[in-house]
Amino acid sequence: MTMHEDALHRASGQGGWDRRTLLKTFGAGAVAMAGAPLLAACTGGSGPAASGGSKSVSFGSGSSDEVPKAAYKAFTDAFTKKSGVAVTTNVVPHNDFQNKINTYLQGSPDDTFTWFAGYRMQYYAGKGLLAPIDDVWAKIGGNYSDAMKKASTGPDGKMYFVPNYNYPWGFFYRKSLWTAKGYEVPTTFDQLTALAKKMQADGLIPIEFADKDGWPAMGTFDYLNMRLNGYQFHMDLTAHKESWDQKKVSDVFDTWKALLPFQNPNALGMTWQDSAKNLADKKSGMYLLGSFLTQQYTDKAIADDIDFFPFPELAMEGRDAVEAPIDGLLLSKKGGQNQSARDLLAYLGTAEGQDVYASVDSSNIAAAKGADTSKFTPLNKKMADVIANAKSISQFFDRDALPAMANNVMIPALQSFIKDGNVDVKNLEAQAKSLYAAQ
Amino acid sequence: MSTSTETNPAGAQPTAAAPARRVRRLSGRDKWVLGLMVGLPTMIQLALVWIPTLLSAALSFTRWNGLSLDDIKPAGLSNYDFIAANYPPFWPAVQHNVLWLLFLAVVATPLGLLLAILLDQNIRGSRIYQSVFFTPVMLSLALIGVIWQLFYNRDSGLLNFLLGTAGTPHAVDWFGDSGVNIWAALVAATWRHAGYVMILYLAGLKGVDPTLREAAQIDGASAVQTFFRVIFPAMRPVNVIIIVITVIESLRAFDIVYVINRGTNGLELISALVIQNLVGEGQVIGVGSALAVILLVISLVPITFYLSRAFGKDKEA
Repeated sequence: MTMHEDALHRASGQGGWDRRTLLKTFGAGAVAMAGAPLLAACTGGSGPAASGGSKSVSFGSGSSDEVPKAAYKAFTDAFTKKSGVAVTTNVVPHNDFQNKINTYLQGSPDDTFTWFAGYRMQYYAGKGLLAPIDDVWAKIGGNYSDAMKKASTGPDGKMYFVPNYNYPWGFFYRKSLWTAKGYEVPTTFDQLTALAKKMQADGLIPIEFADKDGWPAMGTFDYLNMRLNGYQFHMDLTAHKESWDQKKVSDVFDTWKALLPFQNPNALGMTWQDSAKNLADKKSGMYLLGSFLTQQYTDKAIADDIDFFPFPELAMEGRDAVEAPIDGLLLSKKGGQNQSARDLLAYLGTAEGQDVYASVDSSNIAAAKGADTSKFTPLNKKMADVIANAKSISQFFDRDALPAMANNVMIPALQSFIKDGNVDVKNLEAQAKSLYAAQ
Repeated sequence: MSTSTETNPAGAQPTAAAPARRVRRLSGRDKWVLGLMVGLPTMIQLALVWIPTLLSAALSFTRWNGLSLDDIKPAGLSNYDFIAANYPPFWPAVQHNVLWLLFLAVVATPLGLLLAILLDQNIRGSRIYQSVFFTPVMLSLALIGVIWQLFYNRDSGLLNFLLGTAGTPHAVDWFGDSGVNIWAALVAATWRHAGYVMILYLAGLKGVDPTLREAAQIDGASAVQTFFRVIFPAMRPVNVIIIVITVIESLRAFDIVYVINRGTNGLELISALVIQNLVGEGQVIGVGSALAVILLVISLVPITFYLSRAFGKDKEA
């Protein structure tokens, strides 16, 4: 969903990188951009003449903010240097890129382009707009965990996606506050509610919460559903292979109802940035959000004081499933004929390619095994471990479900649930039925 | 054509000469120019207004994922059925649109009229006041969002500060509380609409013949009587425009709720739902088109009213 991405990108724009790196990347970007047309002009003539793999690749990027843009630039430059293949990058503002993806893929898409794992990838794969890349995965498969592989598979069982980085969702808290009050990390749901009760008695908002924008509440729903009904059920529900009108779903909301009194009662008027401030000010005890939260803390003293724990276990599968949206690259149908584009994807799937990207954009966690972790903060290392040990990875509701379901149905439903604790699962099913049928 | 112009004067009848001259005036080139002048706007109107309108009306009876044209499937009335029966934001949106109309008609438009009358009194600095009240109409969406955020913010907003509730648990959540936020949005809408109405009425007041006012005063009418019995009826053309504008503004009200929270959580409006369903990745073309058609049908009522008034008067004249 655009709002979600928007927030993320805004966050990464404000991210914790100093002015010098900014100037450096700007400088490098400017030089590279000035050189790019020249390069393209040089190779353009000889490129199409070569039969088989063309010597140039076009790359459509929705990563329009400075840091990720510079990071992809560094990555494609490194690829050009390594393979001698020129890469033409078309950067489109991320909101436009996502909103126009339908027409983009049907028109004349670039050979390869930035996108997300999950239903939003599988949907276009199912429509035949993407090229399968099993040959690429034969080379890079060993670099990824099973959970990553699962997330990169299309509806037909073929591989389509090469993960670049991801970021986990979990509970974030301030270490100093917890040590002062003697709180301990809960591993079960009962411990979580007991802890929340204790925090409330101490005059804190136990669980920070913001849902003015509509999407953040989906994280709570996803985790409760996965912990209560299991990962596969969650995937089937978001893909609408399971009905919403059943006890399993209403159980999720009933469980959530027990948690609602501990969540910030003003959530509907707050953005996640407001909530981040509350957590920093020690007004609230913990906050369930994606790790992009940490980019909000530019004060190093606070940033170093932030710690993380995964969502506690509830009914099944322990804490095996992690919500960690993955960003990466896809190959368009047209790009499928270009061997160089396949090489580019394969390069992204190596630790070397990932390190090049991460050397510029260090706010996320590289998806491939063997990527350089020496520069990780202890917090990043912890989050990377959680992802690496996950048996299954979900992509967040708005990536796992039909965008219209997330946007038009879930947001109003969750907001009204937060307001009065009521949800009409029958109506959710009626809406889901109509929307998924239209696809 | 040239032969007819030569033979007709031979008849030497002035009545026959008149139509002949008319024919001559429409030379080949004139016809081309005329054809272009009439045809081009018609084509543009067709291409930009009527064809899209008819296409979206047609799409409202289909299911389509927006990908390939083969995927368009007939759906009968199911989109309308879905909206009426299963789409929770729809009926609140209709209610909010009606509330919006009533509020603009009862509060905002009279306020604009009042401002116009006050500024028409040749008070000092009248121009400055005019600009001040008209500024909101010209401001961009993003700026409006920022301005009202300063007023309504729960913890640091001016309003809660004045009420003395800022930072306390009693602070009113102007944007987040679904019982309050529609009123907050309506105040913001009034702030814009009143300025718009004021400018139109100011122009209308300047156009009223001053002798009418003098005559009323000589007859001993009070200021209030003069206004309601003489001036206001004399501004009938402006009044009709204002009515239509008020209705249309309340139907296309969109920007303010969109900057607050994209038209969710108590701020649903039909126009916001249309956008939500038609633009972006979350698009459901069938449902969005059906909503747009509903909005179109509702808008046709005031438009027809306005056009019949406008053209009806032309005929009288």
